[in-house]
Amino acid sequence: MNAESATQAPAKPSNRLQRYVVCPVAEFPATGRLIVEINGRSIGIFNIRGEFFAMLNRCPHLGGPLCVGQVLNEIQSTGPGNMTLNTGQDLLACPWHNWEFDIRTGQSYWDPKNLHARPFGVEVEAGESVSEQVSAGSVGRIAGPYKAETIEVGVEAEYVVLSLKAQPRASGAGVAAAGGASGKGAPDNPGTAEQQAHACAIPAVVPTSARAQTTINDRAPLTRAPQTEK
Amino acid sequence: MTTALLSGTNRTDLWSGSIIDCDVHANVPSIESLFDYMEPVWVQGTQERGWRGPTGPRYAYPPGATTTARPEWRRDGEEPASRLRMLQSDILDPWQVDRAIVNCYYGIDSLRHPDWAPALARSVNDWIIAEWLDKDPRLAASLVIPARDPIAAAAEIDRVGSHPGFVQVMLPVRSERLYGQRIFYPIYAAATRNNLVVGLQWGGTTEDAPSPTGYSSYYAEQYAAETQVYLAQLTSMVFEGTFQKFPTLRVAVMEGGFSWVPMWGWSMNKKWKGLRRETPWVDRLPLEIVRDHMRFSVAPSDLGTVEESKRIVDWLGSEDLLMFATDYPHLHEDSLEKLLEVVPESMRPKLMSESARDWYRL
Repeated sequence: MNAESATQAPAKPSNRLQRYVVCPVAEFPATGRLIVEINGRSIGIFNIRGEFFAMLNRCPHLGGPLCVGQVLNEIQSTGPGNMTLNTGQDLLACPWHNWEFDIRTGQSYWDPKNLHARPFGVEVEAGESVSEQVSAGSVGRIAGPYKAETIEVGVEAEYVVLSLKAQPRASGAGVAAAGGASGKGAPDNPGTAEQQAHACAIPAVVPTSARAQTTINDRAPLTRAPQTEK
Repeated sequence: MTTALLSGTNRTDLWSGSIIDCDVHANVPSIESLFDYMEPVWVQGTQERGWRGPTGPRYAYPPGATTTARPEWRRDGEEPASRLRMLQSDILDPWQVDRAIVNCYYGIDSLRHPDWAPALARSVNDWIIAEWLDKDPRLAASLVIPARDPIAAAAEIDRVGSHPGFVQVMLPVRSERLYGQRIFYPIYAAATRNNLVVGLQWGGTTEDAPSPTGYSSYYAEQYAAETQVYLAQLTSMVFEGTFQKFPTLRVAVMEGGFSWVPMWGWSMNKKWKGLRRETPWVDRLPLEIVRDHMRFSVAPSDLGTVEESKRIVDWLGSEDLLMFATDYPHLHEDSLEKLLEVVPESMRPKLMSESARDWYRL
């Protein structure tokens, strides 16, 4: 663990809502995808038919760069030879093993036991209501064996605004633990659990551009502690 | 009473419960022995051409190979396992079986004649009814089909499938196409319509090399690698969605062993997770489909040590998958004593009779 970052930990980061202006809606990449880095956390933002969604760029399976994967629709079937595309169901498929995650909820999709299990009411709303809902924790999340971390994105005026709570995560749980336990970090590892927990101490509004890769920092990006350091 | 396979042990000492032998063979003694059950045009056709019958059996089971029949079960001048009295004295009586399922691999698939193959299947099935099923109530049987012609096969299943002695449709494991493909639907429709199990049996004819890739040089090599053929067929049925199309279809795997099932299942599970968009009808983990729709005979078992084998049985993830068989008259280097030691106590009755009784509705 990085001793310096530990001493700088905010007293109660878990209840603080952080908001980041990413870019004007009009400048959002035509590809529908923007990967930003916020204090060492790589986050993918997706524009799907005018709705914005965000996902931590780290697959909970083995830590792959989830947000680089393809956005696909669910394929429904009643039997051999029958296939229809469910264009109302958007999935993000990890480029490493093609495991799919519901882009709205982060729920793993390969296990069909969860296929129709939990409808979600997550919607993006404009303006101040977004911050209120996220702050109140009223946006539902499904607990599951593999669940990508979703981060709500709001459209505020003509800007894409990324909202996320700084949540300290106990070691051995959550997204960071999934990668850490495997010993296979992603090439663009977004950071250790400790780093993520301390990443968002100060709200920041940053002028943005429409480049595909945007880095938003409110302080110098944290670098990963060397593996040998105790 | 002792017999071959029991190695001097008393049958009831080894296993005091009931026994169902899910795989005993009945071999056609000669083409002439079928004449009473054959339409005259085919009798005369056989005699006119001097035809000695399909080549398939000699290819799958070379007559002199040690694996083709145990020495105790060979009789001078007679085809092994070709008469009911042989089966009775070698298996049914000494093993005190409740039931035994007769499988006749006569290589009808090796006959390409579009009319003669179905006619020969009819002859063999009527011979099985008359010479075996009608003469010993302990017997049930697989009916044979002209497997390379699914429409004709379905017609034969419907012709004799309602006979109470027939509990299974035999599919030779080698074929010109993989059995999951839709061209075979008429067979599965007829089998499920008649409440019959579909049993994969060693044998069959391919249009190309008999292995999944290339020709083997030696019979031993071919025999040892036969697992690959079973794997190819069963994998095809899983990914093609055969069990979604026919949810009541039951498959039995004979002479294919079972020690490979866990690793094969894990592999299918892994591939399915990442590639399942290609086959969206496969609606659950492949290994779950295997457990729901397939059973495996234990002859041959080809196991390692007891401790190693216990792990394999544990990895099956179900106590219902294995069915006892002798595979009479074939020779396998398996020990029933060891197999009983390998499976948990709660599984032993299932292994010896109950799983087969359930699967075949006996």
